[in-house]
Amino acid sequence: MSEHIVSPTVYVIIFAILIVMTATTAAVAFVDLGRFNIVVALVIATFKASLVVLFFMHARYIPGRTQLVIIAGVFWLAIMLSLTLVDYKTRRPESEPAPALSSMTTPAGYFAGS
Amino acid sequence: MHRTGDLFGQYQTLEQQKDSATLGMWLFLVTEVLFFGGMFLTYTINRSTYPIAFAWGSNTLDITLGTVNTAVLILSSLTMAMAVWSAQTDKKRLVTGFLIATLILGCVFLGIKFVEYSQKYEHHLIPGHNFDLSYHTEGPEGAAKLQEAFRQDPGLTAHTQLYVSLYFAMTGLHALHMIVGAGLVFWLILQSMKGRFSRSYNTPVEIIGLYWHFVDIVWIFLYPLLYLIDRHLK
Repeated sequence: MSEHIVSPTVYVIIFAILIVMTATTAAVAFVDLGRFNIVVALVIATFKASLVVLFFMHARYIPGRTQLVIIAGVFWLAIMLSLTLVDYKTRRPESEPAPALSSMTTPAGYFAGS
Repeated sequence: MHRTGDLFGQYQTLEQQKDSATLGMWLFLVTEVLFFGGMFLTYTINRSTYPIAFAWGSNTLDITLGTVNTAVLILSSLTMAMAVWSAQTDKKRLVTGFLIATLILGCVFLGIKFVEYSQKYEHHLIPGHNFDLSYHTEGPEGAAKLQEAFRQDPGLTAHTQLYVSLYFAMTGLHALHMIVGAGLVFWLILQSMKGRFSRSYNTPVEIIGLYWHFVDIVWIFLYPLLYLIDRHLK
């Protein structure tokens, strides 16, 4: 079988990096970076997840068509998150009154001319 | 009963057969990404709407237990990857050994989660009748902080319950996946003790490994989002 066998040395190095990044993200949480705390936390988490996907899950060594499936999954997740947030983030606050409807919304108003 | 390593009829090579199994597992994992993704989406929207309550709720979690659990799962991913390597290099005893290590670490994770859930119960943090935020505020300093939080968010009690509900739902769904994973690894242990896995046939170890690593990845995101909100403030 021509499968690519990843050496234990690589696995242990990746493991060490993951532990260091875990300690880092915990430590950084106690530093006040304002709005960037969440950004740093997510960047570190994404980096850790990428290491697991690429090395522990062998994503570097699988055929391109399977890699495409992984990318597609991430892409669909991105659509779900971004489009839903676009909806919520562009909503009018509840304290604002709704804009007045134009007279064109009833038949009488529609045919009465502008 | 076919011999392990035999080619099934629809495949031309063993490599193609294994690639097909791997592709199948990845397709399933993509559905799982969207399954958990829905809860991460719910979390995102609610956190942006109730930032004070989410920060307050996050600080009621035990960061030591959460960090230890993260390290436990990462180590279990290492032992799982080593189990695959052992199968690929025909070290059959090591396969069983690493699988047992993976299972033990998974059980340690679940044990720590059980401790955390029990603490939630004792600290009056289960959403519902007995939910009581003031349990967490010892002394005048704590009470002042709680008052300030209520001033910024009058609905703090309800919104923090929302956070704790999400905490239980997300970590509960994750724990359910861990339990399924533990069952699968247990089955692998039994198979490996019969010497089923080798250089020519190790597909079940590989693809259950993929599932296990995925559950680890979900936790890698759950940990900062649940445990590390605004820790620098409190």
